[in-house]
Amino acid sequence: MKKTIITVVGNDTVGIIAKVCTYLAENNVNILDISQTIVQGYFNMMMVADTSASEKDTGTISKELGVLGDEIGVLIRCQHEDIFNKMHRI
Amino acid sequence: MINIFEVNETNKMIEQENLDVRTITMGISLLDCIDSDLETMNRKIYDKITTRARDLVSTGEKISMEYGIPIVNKRISVTPIGLIGGAACKSSEDFVSIARTLDEAAKKVGVNFIGGYTALVSKGMTPAEELLIRSIPQALAVTERVCSSVNVGSTKTGIDMDAVKLMGEIVLETAKATREQDSLGCAKLVVFCNAPDDNPFMAGAFHGVTEADCIINVGVSGPGVVKTALKEVRGADFETLCETIKRTAFKVTRVGQLVAQEASKRLNVPFGIVDLSLAPTPAIGDSVAEILEEIGLERVGAPGTTAALALLNDQVKKGGVMAATAVGGLSGAFIPVSEDQGMIDAVNAGALTIEKLEAMTCVCSVGLDMIAIPGDTKASTIAGIIADEAAIGMVNQKTTAVRVIPVIGKGVGETVEFGGLLGYAPIMPVNQFSCDAFVERGGRIPAPIHSFKN
Repeated sequence: MKKTIITVVGNDTVGIIAKVCTYLAENNVNILDISQTIVQGYFNMMMVADTSASEKDTGTISKELGVLGDEIGVLIRCQHEDIFNKMHRI
Repeated sequence: MINIFEVNETNKMIEQENLDVRTITMGISLLDCIDSDLETMNRKIYDKITTRARDLVSTGEKISMEYGIPIVNKRISVTPIGLIGGAACKSSEDFVSIARTLDEAAKKVGVNFIGGYTALVSKGMTPAEELLIRSIPQALAVTERVCSSVNVGSTKTGIDMDAVKLMGEIVLETAKATREQDSLGCAKLVVFCNAPDDNPFMAGAFHGVTEADCIINVGVSGPGVVKTALKEVRGADFETLCETIKRTAFKVTRVGQLVAQEASKRLNVPFGIVDLSLAPTPAIGDSVAEILEEIGLERVGAPGTTAALALLNDQVKKGGVMAATAVGGLSGAFIPVSEDQGMIDAVNAGALTIEKLEAMTCVCSVGLDMIAIPGDTKASTIAGIIADEAAIGMVNQKTTAVRVIPVIGKGVGETVEFGGLLGYAPIMPVNQFSCDAFVERGGRIPAPIHSFKN
């Protein structure tokens, strides 16, 4: 299974996680893990997700999450996990 | 499992430090397009390129979207046209028709540059290669995306001084043919010594005859990432400095390797090499000069610059080699003047001269790159500059190159604007003493001896 890493960065407001999770649920994306921290005053969340059951491809999900992020006022990225595995694991 | 800090580190590199994959370059052999009929050959060339590279741009964009890493350029390199056109081309105009075909094919598939309008004449020129070289000014004036290169020497063959003399004239003629665009044609023309067969970077990319039918080569970048990492080790000793560059180069190259593998798999084209390069852009913070300044120089060009660059170049290779399955191309730190804000600032401050840049090319990946010189520079002087660079490459068994732009109608103190990735450049003074008699001699400089190294 190829995992996708979804990151959300921005000012903390009510309902960020709810909105992102709603989108993922509607598109049949399974969340495997969530971690969250505050870095230099910014809300920082990382989700590990499985998009294999979704009808949409990673590119489309990435674009739509980007638009959702604009609406909430945060930056949402959706990337294949391999870019991080390659860079940080030998 | 990857943690949030590692994810943030990668994304910070991409968002704030300009980490990107500079180019996916598809190398396409045109050897099977050779035909004695010019029209037939042009059709075969167009068909092969547009078939092979049909999905190159869209695949690059998909990979970029899925991994969240910008892939700045998608490009094509082809077999040197000097070899392909020999049977059909009876005049320089015939060769220009191939340039037009390449340009049309590049536009059709949506790549921004196509390289390989090339002649390899390190020992001598065939009549066809001489025709191609003489057609370069017109070819670059009537096309938009075609890049040209000429290899005039190598460690094994010596330097073809007839070709060097001719290239001095051709660079100047290309400048004149594109004078309306501030002599932009010269930005797409490189003169090499020891040109590699698998270089993915323009303007010098071509698909060597030793290569397979079609391959994917990837050029990575990331000067901003290295500079940011070095900020953390200010004042530390050289061992710490070198370790930091190596670690960073490793991470940057792993991304290139990933993109290369992925592109190769999706396009069903074998993976060639990753070119481990620090390639600057005019964007703020995306500068090799700023890395050298972070290492401890007030300005690039100060004493110590060559040593700092040698160290940087070597550590980039050491870190990158372990991160990639196959390495090639030019691999090292590029020092183009117009494409690097730190270099431009150093020239404007009077810290950096052509002579110092020449010394720097002894230890970095390529050569005198994207340097604007006065438009009234003599052809023989340009030939002299080319000969000097070729000699450095020949003796030191490395690739060197010259991409100078004599800007017609402009002189020292003025600036030339190329736009986009090519940037802008202050026009630099050139030594005014003549080398006419040297260049006029004609013939070859023999290959150097490989023993008695001093």
